[in-house]
Amino acid sequence: MLKTFPTGGVHPPENKLTADATIECLPVPQGVAIPVLQHIGSPSVVVVNKGDYVKTGQVIAQSKGFVSTNIHSSVSGKVNRIDSIIDATGYKQTAVFIETEGDEWIDTIKRDKDIITEIKLSSDEIIRKCLESGIVGLGGATFPTHVKLTVPSGKKCDILLVNGVECEPYLTADHRLMLEKGEEILTGVELLMKALNVERAMIGIEANKQDAVSHLTRLAPLFPGISVHALKVKYPQGAEKQLIKALINREVPSGRLPLDVGTVVQNVGTAFAVYEAVQKNKPLIERVVTVTGRSLSKPGNYLVRIGTPVARLIEASGGLPEDTGKIILGGPLMGKAISNTEVPVTKGTSGIVLLPGNESGRMEISRCIRCAKCIEACALNLEAYLLMTLSEKGLFERAERERITDCMECGSCSYTCPAGRPLLDYIRLGKTTVMKMVRERAMK
Amino acid sequence: MNNILTVSPSPHAHGKETTQKLMFGVVIALLPALFSSIFYFGYGAVIVTVSSVLSCLIFEFLIQRFIFRKPITITDGSALVTGLLLAFNVPSNLPVFIVVIGSFVAIAIAKMTFGGLGNNPFNPALVGRVFMLISFPVQMTSWPVPAGLNTGYTDAVTGATPLAIIKEGLKNGESLSQLVTQIPTPAQMFLGNMGGSLGEVAAAALLIGFVFLLIRRIITWHIPVSVLGSIFIFTLILWLINPEKYADPLFHLLAGGVLLGAIFMATDYVTSPMNPKSMLIYGIGIGIITVIIRVWGAYPEGVSFAILIMNAFVPLMNAYIKPKRFGEEVKNG
Repeated sequence: MLKTFPTGGVHPPENKLTADATIECLPVPQGVAIPVLQHIGSPSVVVVNKGDYVKTGQVIAQSKGFVSTNIHSSVSGKVNRIDSIIDATGYKQTAVFIETEGDEWIDTIKRDKDIITEIKLSSDEIIRKCLESGIVGLGGATFPTHVKLTVPSGKKCDILLVNGVECEPYLTADHRLMLEKGEEILTGVELLMKALNVERAMIGIEANKQDAVSHLTRLAPLFPGISVHALKVKYPQGAEKQLIKALINREVPSGRLPLDVGTVVQNVGTAFAVYEAVQKNKPLIERVVTVTGRSLSKPGNYLVRIGTPVARLIEASGGLPEDTGKIILGGPLMGKAISNTEVPVTKGTSGIVLLPGNESGRMEISRCIRCAKCIEACALNLEAYLLMTLSEKGLFERAERERITDCMECGSCSYTCPAGRPLLDYIRLGKTTVMKMVRERAMK
Repeated sequence: MNNILTVSPSPHAHGKETTQKLMFGVVIALLPALFSSIFYFGYGAVIVTVSSVLSCLIFEFLIQRFIFRKPITITDGSALVTGLLLAFNVPSNLPVFIVVIGSFVAIAIAKMTFGGLGNNPFNPALVGRVFMLISFPVQMTSWPVPAGLNTGYTDAVTGATPLAIIKEGLKNGESLSQLVTQIPTPAQMFLGNMGGSLGEVAAAALLIGFVFLLIRRIITWHIPVSVLGSIFIFTLILWLINPEKYADPLFHLLAGGVLLGAIFMATDYVTSPMNPKSMLIYGIGIGIITVIIRVWGAYPEGVSFAILIMNAFVPLMNAYIKPKRFGEEVKNG
């Protein structure tokens, strides 16, 4: 029996079109737009001025406060302007626009291909390195890694969990990374273990990536304390709390963090970034992005500089297909639909999915037939139909009692609803309102 | 760029399940039982089924068109299912005018007065059936004896159902060991060779439908299993206490409308509870009430009443019985 989380979940068609596409390095773009907020927390503070010449890897915005991180230039060239931009979330924010001139890297970065597995730094030094290099969770949540690695006094962490699940349909960035950068990832995991002071790490991978499971299983004996586990193919297997339940059978209490049950979860992509930051001195200036869609002539996995416009990636994959109706940053279940292709790739961009027009709309909404499929699909056992009704009617106190804030917005309820009801839309509305209520109560 | 992009919140994918597909799935699951009832009861079964289905669809159409004045949704399949189930719950020699009255009560009173699909508290087909049972007790309890295509329609030879034979016999002071000779064998009952409502007789056909519903993921096991399980356990206890006075559990499961009720009536989406915990309580409630009515009540059969009674508790259960949410009470191993 494969390990899995206990209740709920859905099985969307996998559509992993690019599972066999080797990671290609995308040419350095003509210009980049690097937003100052690419992580959860406070925006970083810009430290360059218009007209400055910056090198690849140079800090252009500095961490502000503990939950924040550094942002680096992903190209070398002149700072064109510092202006507002509409990012993937649809909000305006500040970004540094850089016009590329050549590709001159700062000289501290080791650009050779040697794999360095020997760990020289101490726990604190590794954590500092993560902050300096701007490492954030690359699974999509973009929580600053140094914060996650800093265990507050009173809390204990005894095991590190590594997320190689990639349960979203279409996406294959983590899959390819595990196949092509296995040793680097495992070294990264060792670095994370050292930082957290734990002896054990478990890597969870969905069983549809058998090649990655066997590749890492073969390499694992060289890395003490690391074990690799295949997990049942079921969405949302890669959700943090679900992964913890599946791998070590611990249930994170509602409203609490993984650290409350003695663990920390890091993505495989993050482990790779940590490897590069610590062993190679390379800040987070590029990442692997899956560009995919059934109508694309050349879908693939690309190593992309942060700040590259989405349009460049689509061009590299054969150009925007005629029938495109929707462009999603991230996977089809949790990703964000964007309105224009000039949006830059950021640290959290795991994929670009192009859907044809006939898959872009939603089905017509009809009456709730009380089939309870939304309850069956919820991995948290929440009652989506009820949360929707409560939000619709403005009964937010009741919605709070029904634990609307536990919802992680995985979308399984809307995905499964035979009446096509916009369950998650209303739950989001209710959730935001309830969280505002809670904050206001705390201020009193 | 010449493409116009759609922007909407996630999820951007849908599982392709629709209300219509689910309803037609139920219809497919009912087909084996329909065929077996035609096999046993001949064209009377066809007349009753067709008139029930048609009148349900027509009443729903008329109400949506002339009273609601909203888009017509009779193609969603829900009225079709109600029509089939209503027919399944009556004798195959029931006059058409009674079927039409039953359909009117089911659709107009039990379903549309509450606002239509999704809002009705009580199972429409059962409301229709109970209305007919109370209003036309004679016609509703004269059961044609299965004679295949030779079974007449209004002139069918009628006899008592096994449940009625047992109930009457016990009332007259006979013992079960005497009565057993008058009722069909369990094997005959399993195949449906007995008097009864047109869709309830063939256990085998209903179970095929059940398997289909489970495989197609239209229903979960919770309600049927808890209904059947509680009836089995309750009647087993009674039987062990006094096998001369109480029929054996197998008889109770195969006779009457238990299987039809547990698999198709109690699992009606709109009128059954929504989380597994409530489903089990609801199912057990139906089982217990059914046995109480059968053993101590005035009617020989009690499934319809039991389901309607438990329907009344569903809103309460949905409001107060909650699934154990992830991360709620934490036991870490």
